Amino acid sequence: MDRLLFLLATGLARGAIFALFALSLVLIWRAARIVNFAQGAMAVVAVYVAFAVTGLTGSYWAGFASAIVAGAAIGFAVERGVMRFAPHDSPLSGVIIAIGLVMVLQSALGILFGATVRPMEVPFDERPIVIAGVPVLSPYDLFVLVVAVAVMAALGVLFTRTSLGLQLRASAFAPEVSRLLGVRVSRMLTIGWMLSAAVAALAALLLVPTELGLSPHSTDVLFVYAFTVAVVGGLDSPPGALLGGLVVGVLMSLVTGYLGATVAPIAVLVLLVVVLLVRPGGIFSARQVRQA
Amino acid sequence: MPSPATPPETEPRLDLSGLTVAFGGLTAIDGVDFHVGAGETVALIGPNGAGKTTVFNAVCGLVRPQAGSIRIDGRPAPASPTKLLGRGVARTLQALGLVGGMTVLEHLLVPLTAARRGAIGAGAGAGADIDARTGTADPVAIALAELEAHDLAAFASTPVGALPYPDRKRVALARALVTRPSLLLLDEPAGGLGADDIARLDATVRRVAGEGCSVLLVEHHVDFVMGLADRIVVLDFGRVIATGTPAEVQADPRVEEAYLGVKAAS
Repeated sequence: MDRLLFLLATGLARGAIFALFALSLVLIWRAARIVNFAQGAMAVVAVYVAFAVTGLTGSYWAGFASAIVAGAAIGFAVERGVMRFAPHDSPLSGVIIAIGLVMVLQSALGILFGATVRPMEVPFDERPIVIAGVPVLSPYDLFVLVVAVAVMAALGVLFTRTSLGLQLRASAFAPEVSRLLGVRVSRMLTIGWMLSAAVAALAALLLVPTELGLSPHSTDVLFVYAFTVAVVGGLDSPPGALLGGLVVGVLMSLVTGYLGATVAPIAVLVLLVVVLLVRPGGIFSARQVRQA
Repeated sequence: MPSPATPPETEPRLDLSGLTVAFGGLTAIDGVDFHVGAGETVALIGPNGAGKTTVFNAVCGLVRPQAGSIRIDGRPAPASPTKLLGRGVARTLQALGLVGGMTVLEHLLVPLTAARRGAIGAGAGAGADIDARTGTADPVAIALAELEAHDLAAFASTPVGALPYPDRKRVALARALVTRPSLLLLDEPAGGLGADDIARLDATVRRVAGEGCSVLLVEHHVDFVMGLADRIVVLDFGRVIATGTPAEVQADPRVEEAYLGVKAAS
């Protein structure tokens, strides 16, 4: 029972990161109708920036802020410099460009920094707090949960309560008429990419220190899990990404705890296949509403 | 270019001359001339594929004409559709362009907030203009007043996807009117509507025109346009084949052949 509680708690913390990263995929999907396979590689570039800034200043928080800024800057550069020129007639072209981008970014990081795995520091203790004899979350897990909830709440407010959010939604779903209504749709698209890439960078920054450490491939697995989360939740559904992230995080934690760490990735992929077979639009897909 | 056959006393709100649009080798509209005067309601009719919607798209900057000029209030039309609102032009689309998950009120807030100066993504700075024309600076108040005028106030927080088609169509119209345009372009406003809703639409267009707004509409519903429009422009194969009052146009044998005859036979 104690073990179950522990696994559930750590699963939630891990799941919150998956949910954040999946949310970043949902943001781009809603804005540009592209599944951005380069999201992980873009995020790891931002984590390298954070690593460098923390190394130079000695401050975790300076690195934390710079990862978010760098993420947004990379989102801007990728949208304005690359994705804008993707042909819109086939969804495949965006996917292929994104995969090309992964190779370019990861090779560039490998050339610049080598393939060595660099351990990253975290600002809080990673050992679990013991409450009434039961080890539950570590202070760092709590920090991750707080950051994830804060980011999600901020995005929720942005999209539903501000005029920028209104224009982002309008241009994502009805671009032509939005232009006629005076919305600068192409600027909204750029802002969507920047938001999304910044959220992805933050998620990667939270996860990488708890894994082996920083390397050009640190986010490969995170991307696979987050992609599963996004598909499970429905690519166009932010609440789906949230719940999907928690489901996948807890599933991984339970499978790791009871069956072993090597089985966990397989369990996640099995979940992906089952959802694709049973409900390809995702469990929380709003497709019916959208078509009405 | 010379002005159209019957030049209005003041500068026309919309003036097309020699407008030509081609897609690849296909000429969709070919040397189209007509104008819409201040406060005038003009209907653009013609068989399917005559080029009616292409005229609209050219006016809105969605397609680039190969030749000819489009002038709005005497000045060239803006090249970018996002600047249209700033020039007092609003348009509805045949496909409506509504977002099912957004509420009715949110739809009306989109053009109002997009036009606000200083807002990220602001269009042409038409916000102050809209404030002046509506007498308030509160977008929500402006939007709710507009919804009231269309009997939609009760649905302000309803997602548009939950409304029946005629109501959704009124939302699209309200979204165009909430900006207080001086030129309103309506693409098939009566399409898919029953008699009651058409009567309501007719009253709305007459009210707006009575307030000085010029209206240009593309419409298949012949009885509706003949009763509503001051003037009819008939397009066939991308050319204007007749212009005149509804009575004149109905009596024109070329129109009968190209359009009304076909209609009567079907």
